[in-house]
Amino acid sequence: MSEHLPILVLLAFFGGALLMPLAGLVHHRGPWLTAALSSALAFAFALFALVDVAVHGEVRYEVGSWAPPMGIELLVDPLSAFMLVVLAGIALVTLVHSREAVAREVAASPVLYYASALIMLGGFAGIVSTADLFNLYVFLEIAALASYAILGANGPRSAVAAFRYLILGTIGASFYLIGVGFIFISTGSLNIADVSAIIVEIGAPVPVIVGATLMVVGMLVKFALVPLHQWLPDVYTEAPSSSSALVAPLGTKVAAYVLIRLMLDVFPGDGIEDALYLREGLAVLGAVAILWGSVMAIPQRNLKRMLAYSSVAQVGYISLGLGLGTFYGFVGAILHILNHACMKNCLFLVSSNLETRGKGVLIENFNASLRKCMPASSAAFAVAAISMIGLPPTAGFFSKWYLLLGSYQGGHWYFIVIILISSLLNAVYFFRILERMYLGEADAQLPSERASGSALLVYPVVVMAVLLVVLGLGSSFIVSEFIAPILSVF
Amino acid sequence: MSDYFFSHGPYWMCFLVLTLGLYAMLLKRNLLRKVIGLTIFQAAIILFFIIAAYKVGAGVPVLDKVAGAEDAEQYINPLPHTLMLTAIVVGVATVGVALALLIQIHRNYGTLDEDELRERMKS
Repeated sequence: MSEHLPILVLLAFFGGALLMPLAGLVHHRGPWLTAALSSALAFAFALFALVDVAVHGEVRYEVGSWAPPMGIELLVDPLSAFMLVVLAGIALVTLVHSREAVAREVAASPVLYYASALIMLGGFAGIVSTADLFNLYVFLEIAALASYAILGANGPRSAVAAFRYLILGTIGASFYLIGVGFIFISTGSLNIADVSAIIVEIGAPVPVIVGATLMVVGMLVKFALVPLHQWLPDVYTEAPSSSSALVAPLGTKVAAYVLIRLMLDVFPGDGIEDALYLREGLAVLGAVAILWGSVMAIPQRNLKRMLAYSSVAQVGYISLGLGLGTFYGFVGAILHILNHACMKNCLFLVSSNLETRGKGVLIENFNASLRKCMPASSAAFAVAAISMIGLPPTAGFFSKWYLLLGSYQGGHWYFIVIILISSLLNAVYFFRILERMYLGEADAQLPSERASGSALLVYPVVVMAVLLVVLGLGSSFIVSEFIAPILSVF
Repeated sequence: MSDYFFSHGPYWMCFLVLTLGLYAMLLKRNLLRKVIGLTIFQAAIILFFIIAAYKVGAGVPVLDKVAGAEDAEQYINPLPHTLMLTAIVVGVATVGVALALLIQIHRNYGTLDEDELRERMKS
């Protein structure tokens, strides 16, 4: 079985999507159950892949038995396995949680919604497991098209936001495609390992530099790095709450994965990065994103919009870590992919609970009755908020700690200052909400979250909150066992 | 200089179409025109790959018994064309999703003009 590992996660997601119409015929809850089960299966395969790769090393899979570089190759190495676990885990928690939110917010049939969600997740899984540059583009567009569908499913306002995202997202993916064209013209290959070997041989002629630039810029649009982040706040705010909880932790992270893959594997040595000023650019834009996203999050009146701007800032941390170019910088960036995915997922799940059982997501309506009637969600929100600010022992502290170490290692003291300032800004906009939840007066009674049928709303949120502490306490284990093997080049 | 310009004529043409599509996608006020810009943009990318695959004096990549397989110069590399078949499918799907979103927007707001849309979304 382990030789088929790379394709199993993909099959779990796409197979679930194919079974969806049948599941809809059998029972009205069939689609939800199918989505939850296939992401559980995908999560099991991903965990298996993570352990197998850690023990036996990377697994290569020739699709259709066509040998690379002619055929398409799937590759699960430590980085891919890590990303697969993150995305299948987030998918499992969110889809289990989504039943009530989807029934309430999505006008279209749940069959279509869940099929699109699984196709998007399958696309993400394809992006992280393919070893072929063009195949990566195809999976990128599969995931993007399905995500426009599930992000635009919450009435006309979300359709407008999704359309704007579609235009910018297509420009990003197309830039990537043109870049692949330039690389293909220069090297005659699309296989990542092969392209890298050929670039070592031919040096870095101008077409390769141009192609690399276009690929990076295209991915930065998907990555939503300042100043290419304009599509993000509207999309996350207007989308159905379960779509936000699914796309916000994963969409930008997959683009981060592509950037890491380009920097570590596709571009050999430092030549191309230096020609593009890639590291300096990522570090400076990341620092700007951290400050801009945090400042913009402070005055927001809508919780989802505030979380969206905080995503802009968190993308900045990952970008800064990559830009530092030091071992600890990369460790911080990759660890932050995991930690931020869990934190953002937890926060968006709580905001979904507030929409379903609370008084909606306008911050001015929050008061202590939330704490009284939704104790578990409020507590989970508090844990995730503390993690976002970066207080130990929660997960958020450790990725920031590694980023600080990376800045120190690279001798960039001003990035240390920026990370510390941004933690203070995070504290400003999260304590504003915690104050309303825990210190304000309670007024009218809300329906209790212990009401029947709420277990599915509460348990996923609690699991994510506990996981944030567990990930924090276990971060040195994660770094030494799973992240250090990714960075064997250092 | 003019030599360089004319020897790369098809690429300049392709670049022109690309810019045209990008201009329409980013700056047109009407959402439907943005979708038209998107199709122009994608057509330009397809042209780019096809132009790059062209070789003077080469034929279709079907094994010619007389010419044999020794001389690769006689055959065009078919891979870019097959890649672009996939890209065309992706492009059609993108336009489909875009039009579906536009139908929903037009049903609810009765307009596809960006300024009017912004006005009507406020109320």
